[in-house]
Amino acid sequence: MTTTRQRTDATQRVWNALQDVTDPEIPDISVVELGIIQRVEATDDTATIDMCPTFAGCPALDYMRDDIRKHVTAAGFDHVRVNIVFDPPWTTDRITDEGRRKLKAFGLAPPTKCSGGPVTEAIIRDVACPFCDSHDTTLESIFGPTLCRAIHYCNACRQSFEQFKPVE
Amino acid sequence: MSDKYTPDTLTPELKAAVIDLLYRLADDSIVIGHRNSEWTGIGPILEEDIAFSSTAQDKMGHALAFYNLLHELGEPKPDDLAFLRDAKDFRCCSFVAMSHLPANAEGDVPELMNNPTRNRLIVHGDWSISLMRQFLFVEADVLRMHALESSTYQPLAAIARKIRGELKYHLMHAESMLRHLATGTDESRKRMQQALNSVYPHALGLFEPTQHDKTLANAGIAPGETHLRDEWIEHITPLLAGAGLRQPTDVEPVFGGRKGRHGDELVALLADMQKIYRMEPTGTW
Repeated sequence: MTTTRQRTDATQRVWNALQDVTDPEIPDISVVELGIIQRVEATDDTATIDMCPTFAGCPALDYMRDDIRKHVTAAGFDHVRVNIVFDPPWTTDRITDEGRRKLKAFGLAPPTKCSGGPVTEAIIRDVACPFCDSHDTTLESIFGPTLCRAIHYCNACRQSFEQFKPVE
Repeated sequence: MSDKYTPDTLTPELKAAVIDLLYRLADDSIVIGHRNSEWTGIGPILEEDIAFSSTAQDKMGHALAFYNLLHELGEPKPDDLAFLRDAKDFRCCSFVAMSHLPANAEGDVPELMNNPTRNRLIVHGDWSISLMRQFLFVEADVLRMHALESSTYQPLAAIARKIRGELKYHLMHAESMLRHLATGTDESRKRMQQALNSVYPHALGLFEPTQHDKTLANAGIAPGETHLRDEWIEHITPLLAGAGLRQPTDVEPVFGGRKGRHGDELVALLADMQKIYRMEPTGTW
């Protein structure tokens, strides 16, 4: 049906635009790869996007929300609405495989998957060094320079590194 | 009981109860967040500086989420709620507002007088108070959010679920530091015990009963405060005992905060926290 097809095309145009919106603190990874886009609805000139915050207190949230609005407007939508939603909650399992690859390339160890279960100390400690891939690493601090990062030390290449920490 | 509520389906009685509940949750969050942020840059060791700064930022995020829920129910916008209300309008308990300065902290360092609060903290701040409070608070926070995850007020249930995931790290941090310091040196054990004795009556104020408790519990929106308190005591007793600390008994709880009756500590905290915003309330940040 024509209407369905139009809707699909419009939705796809929004998803494409979102692929260009990146995390201001991790410029390689898009909001789509970060898994924070919950829902997209679009018709001819109207787009509604639901995004879920990574951390409730993330200071980049407003910035990303504005950036989403800008990019989607530029893709030809006159009316863009970005909702912040908490249901279902964002977890690090939502980061895509491509997102994980980009985190590692950026020098941030990707979060270990918790597969719907709780984050345990074992999960937090089980981290491979993003530089040399060694698992011989030591957790230095569960808090880091931003809310989403923990600090580890690699005993193999003797370098400290940051991890995008797992959130259940 | 099986009803699910949204902002549009709350009865007037339930709406008043939810608003009061949200003010308690939000105000506890922002006030402990502000207190913990006072260690930013001057924490006893780098890791604890980062830990207190991070938990502070998380709690301010939680406060924002709760203030947003209040705004949805017709209350003023989040920034105005945080920065334009007076102490009497806050519904936090005295526990979160407690200063980590000993009562007899006198004497400033004149060359550091650009920020008197910070300067007094550098010279006199008692981190053991902050750490013990953080431990007692986060244990209560986790139990509360766990209970609220199944709240029949749907917007609150979703946020509680989100917050619980973040609190995991607060919990690991607080429990680990409690264990280390309470079983460390004679000095560290003594300081942790003293801190526990001094903050415990205020900690019980987290569970000050309110006139809305029964309404909220009957509607399945939030557990009763007395029920939560019993659960909290049952939970922390073995943790404190395991760390070799004596849990105070027969303590008179410090109540009043939930009714807007606060001491000088909250007034002073708000004067600091709200100073900049109040200079230019219509400014864009």
